[in-house]
Amino acid sequence: MSFTLTPEEVVALRLSLEIAARSVLWSLPFAIFVAWLLTRTRFVGRTLFDAFVHLPLVLPPVATGYVLLLLFGNRGPLGRLFHEHLGIEFAFTKAGAALATAVMTFPLMVRTIRIALEGVDRGLEAAARTLGAGPFDRFATITLPLMAPGILAGAVTAFSAALGEFGAVITFVSNIPGETRTLPLALYTAIQSPNGDAMALRLAIMAFVLGLGGLLLAEFLARRVRWRLGR
Amino acid sequence: MLSVSLRKRRDGFALQVAFEAPTPGVVALFGRSGCGKSTTIDLIAGLLDPDEGHVRLDDATLVDTRERASVPAERRRIGYVFQDSKLFPHFSVAGNLRYGLKRVREGGERIGFDEVVALLGLAPFLARRPHQLSGGERQRVALGRALLSQPRLLLLDEPLASIDAARREEVLPYLEVLRDRLSIPMVYVSHQFDEVLRLATHVVLLDAGHVVAQGSPGDVSLRPELRAIVGPEAVGAVLDGTIIAVDPASRLAELRLGRGTLRIHAPDAAAGASVRVQLPARDVILATERPQALSVRNAIEGIIDDVIEDEDDARLVRVDIGGAFVLSRVTIAAVEALRLKRGDAVWVLIKAVSMRGHTFKGPARTSTR
Repeated sequence: MSFTLTPEEVVALRLSLEIAARSVLWSLPFAIFVAWLLTRTRFVGRTLFDAFVHLPLVLPPVATGYVLLLLFGNRGPLGRLFHEHLGIEFAFTKAGAALATAVMTFPLMVRTIRIALEGVDRGLEAAARTLGAGPFDRFATITLPLMAPGILAGAVTAFSAALGEFGAVITFVSNIPGETRTLPLALYTAIQSPNGDAMALRLAIMAFVLGLGGLLLAEFLARRVRWRLGR
Repeated sequence: MLSVSLRKRRDGFALQVAFEAPTPGVVALFGRSGCGKSTTIDLIAGLLDPDEGHVRLDDATLVDTRERASVPAERRRIGYVFQDSKLFPHFSVAGNLRYGLKRVREGGERIGFDEVVALLGLAPFLARRPHQLSGGERQRVALGRALLSQPRLLLLDEPLASIDAARREEVLPYLEVLRDRLSIPMVYVSHQFDEVLRLATHVVLLDAGHVVAQGSPGDVSLRPELRAIVGPEAVGAVLDGTIIAVDPASRLAELRLGRGTLRIHAPDAAAGASVRVQLPARDVILATERPQALSVRNAIEGIIDDVIEDEDDARLVRVDIGGAFVLSRVTIAAVEALRLKRGDAVWVLIKAVSMRGHTFKGPARTSTR
């Protein structure tokens, strides 16, 4: 058995990395905002909102994919809106795969960022306030840098998880080679095909290495930033 | 003039404070932990909103609930030195110092970076991170950072509480410099009466959210309400005086006080300097006749002004020594044996070693006062 990746496998790997990167970059600002809403504000329906954000964690991924299909599909209300006004099509595209991945990893990201935000000493924000910094200034110069370790760790963890997203992706954007067939989907396809054993093993090892690497990187980054902050 | 009148209910605690103090000067908010000192300065800073009341500094209204006016904290130009310094861990010392400076509005700069660094001796630390500093150094940086935001009022919330007693001298002299040389009005929160004595020009005594006494440190030191807060052992009259001479042999400074003179240890004082001393009531002895052949260096003639209830077996005797008062704590038995009562002439005996004098210049007076 050869351990060299076939061109088909390289495509799946690159696609996975691209989709995971897009999903993390797009969802990060929203995750920070939602974490801030849930930590720092009190509003009616906050508990319900909190539960809603965490829903993808407990729903069957296939169900999440199906809901996305209904909403963001070509005939779905949001899908039509995005297509007509922004020219973005989600159904059976990379963008759709990134959206499904983002929705699935969103709770994970919000959770990590929220813990980081809760750890920020509000006295430091008060100090910045007495030194003349307004709300946005304080957030940008004090709060955000201090929660950077958590944001970074959240992003890397979400990225690693995004590489492995399966159910929601295959339901929402199907399994199209070169467009939506990411690493886990390629792995699934290989297992289903009669002569795919070697390919399945190579892809499984790849997934293992990527996952472990991602988690180690998250820990390393967090430590570096902590060290820089003197904690 | 700093004029404060505030009401605030918070977590079942009701705060109701009102005081007025001349500016520049150091107002000490003094009282036990949990008496509302920190809440009061948070209200002055604008970090909390009062239920009712106002804060006015000279001509500026910072908050007034009746006029529905409130300047947000970030625009009040009030420096705040927190108990645990609250330095930004992701900035160097220099970065911390510049944080407020960068946000000063055009034309508002009165004290520069180099000046503050020199004044507070911060040059060796500029490149360091806050976690590489000692507690005293951190507080000096916090003080510098607040100063560079060009405040018109400086609030200090027990700035020495997180520093061990031996290291307080790393900070206290700098606070005296700020008061005397920069003439920045300050509100100083403390539960240490010795700090208050060294710094304050006006004392506000707080207890359970209310002002129980206020005035000059000398006035407040004679108030019976103080005893409950500092404890009977720490009670003693506070006197401001001028040194007339220093005896080079004994290193004792001679202080003009009321009708007499007092010889005290004032290691850093020279003739002509203003000093403030506290005479602990427990170390002040009363005699009904002029004493002879005693080791005590100070004997001043006075008239008993009042005999005040103290603890069960003790009385506080207030003696007028001519324009100034001292307190003496004596047993009831002694009061009865000597028949001490108001109007009696007595001799007040004070041991020179029981007093510690500190030079106290006070803020340079501005003509607007």
